[in-house]
Amino acid sequence: MKNCEYQQIDPRALRTSTTRTSTNKNVRVRRKWEVLPGKNRFYCDGRIMLARQCGVLPLTIGLIFITSGLFFTFDCPFLVHHLTVFIPVIGGVLFVFVVITLFQTSFIDPGILPRALPDEAADIEKQIDNSGSSTYRPPPRTKEILINDQVVKLKYCFTCKMFRPPRTSHCSLCDNCVDRFDHHCPWVGNCVGKRNYRFFYAFIVSLSFLTSFIFGCVITHLTLRSQSVNGIIQAIKESPASVVELVICFFSIWSILGLSGFHTYLVASNLTTNEDIKGSWSSKRGEESGNPYTYNNILTNCCVVLCGPMPPSLIDRRGFLPPDDAPQIVTSDTELPHFMAKNDTNMCTQGTKELLESMAHSTVIQSTCAPCTPKTTPVPQESLLSTVSITVSPSSKSPSTGCSGRQARRPIDVPCSQRGNKQAALHTHKPMLRVSSPPYSLGHSPIILSDTPDMVFIPLN
Amino acid sequence: MAETHSLQDLRQAAVASKVFVQRDYSSGTICKFQTKFPAELESRIDKQQFEETVQTLNNLYAEAEKLGGRSYLEGCLACLTAYTIFLCMETHYEKVLKKIAKYIQEQNEKIYAPLGLLLTDPIERGLRVVEIIIFEDRSIGSR
Repeated sequence: MKNCEYQQIDPRALRTSTTRTSTNKNVRVRRKWEVLPGKNRFYCDGRIMLARQCGVLPLTIGLIFITSGLFFTFDCPFLVHHLTVFIPVIGGVLFVFVVITLFQTSFIDPGILPRALPDEAADIEKQIDNSGSSTYRPPPRTKEILINDQVVKLKYCFTCKMFRPPRTSHCSLCDNCVDRFDHHCPWVGNCVGKRNYRFFYAFIVSLSFLTSFIFGCVITHLTLRSQSVNGIIQAIKESPASVVELVICFFSIWSILGLSGFHTYLVASNLTTNEDIKGSWSSKRGEESGNPYTYNNILTNCCVVLCGPMPPSLIDRRGFLPPDDAPQIVTSDTELPHFMAKNDTNMCTQGTKELLESMAHSTVIQSTCAPCTPKTTPVPQESLLSTVSITVSPSSKSPSTGCSGRQARRPIDVPCSQRGNKQAALHTHKPMLRVSSPPYSLGHSPIILSDTPDMVFIPLN
Repeated sequence: MAETHSLQDLRQAAVASKVFVQRDYSSGTICKFQTKFPAELESRIDKQQFEETVQTLNNLYAEAEKLGGRSYLEGCLACLTAYTIFLCMETHYEKVLKKIAKYIQEQNEKIYAPLGLLLTDPIERGLRVVEIIIFEDRSIGSR
């Protein structure tokens, strides 16, 4: 028995397999990423994924490449001649490390949890004590569990139709629940979650080394040059690129070093940015509520977070959809149709997806809320960053990459503390928006009814 | 003769209902499923057998997520190679997932299919639930 038959049991598919092959000649077998819900974008046939709003990722890449390029072109020849050949070697190694970890942070699945299938969601609904099915405002659904003798509240996610596992949070930008959600980082254009946190940490640490290294080398270069030409002004005139690098490095160093320090603290205490901002485990409520996930040992926490086993991707982007089978997101009112082959449900899903996409585009234009990253660097540094980004971004290549300039600027302007509140506000609004239709009794409309209000209401927050 | 049926027979049968075994978070975020015996399966399968299956699955997932010398070595090596090693090497977790898939297939063939039940690999459901499909008795009995 083949293994693949096991995963998608399709009783009718086996009986009708002979007839199917004859009709499927011009139907391309699709991969699962094509019907994945959520606002991600996929490239290279599902191998690479990004958030829908790539944020300032082009800016990040541009800054890194430009600064490093200027360094290797203008500073390295002088330094090699006067000091040592190891300078470009070290710079090169750091640069390669930074770029690789950046791409890995941006392009891989951060730990997205696939949405609950209709049967599973119906089962959960049955278990929740619901007094009336026609209430417009169902109470926020929570479930309390004990983790290491600590009470933890699990919230129900109305979009994904499941109780979120501990440490999971729903990212409204990507419209996915992400496991061990840290934050959505516009600089890398992706969420940072369980699967890519180690890459993100490696990226910011190596970037801080690279920035400090370039900064130090440029200072050394200008100092040596000014000694040989008797004057710093003359030295700057001879090597103007160094000043550009100095400015970029000077402004970036503060925030990147600060961020690295902050994340080192988070790693050592096995916390996420999300938990830290919300103060989930702080003792301000007067009761003893420590972090139930910590191992109470800095070294163990670091090893677990950074060197722990690499969890697999749960969304199986490149798996093949069984041809003619209904994509699993489509809801149906009985269990049997889930197994049955229907071409029209495929088309409906496609239509629904297009509808959702077009709504997403229209609401993104209207939205004034900034999808801010909770980078949690102190505010003065934040304003420094915003100054830099506003001056640099008009000249950046963002218009040509498809991410609009306004999106590139937007993440910086709003203070970070709004993010946690906004997310909380979004989720408390959701119960209001759930129209009274009982779930899954109307074929495809629950998707539209339940998801559209999110998109319409986001701007009003 | 009516007792023995294979998985092929099950595919022709109608689904009566599904039971979902949820995750057990009492020990933290590790992958572990509740061993509580669902009421719907009382008439179908022995409680001990079911608990043994779930416990074995839990042990396998614990092995996948085990923190020890091997996983740290893998992590450090990956860090030194800028994580490019993941492109060529299969991680320990993935190897154990294959083991789990084989175990579930074996359990289905030997124990669950003859009783008209089918276990779904939790990885198909995002490691959220163990889905047990209960097939109607009538169609199986007629084989």
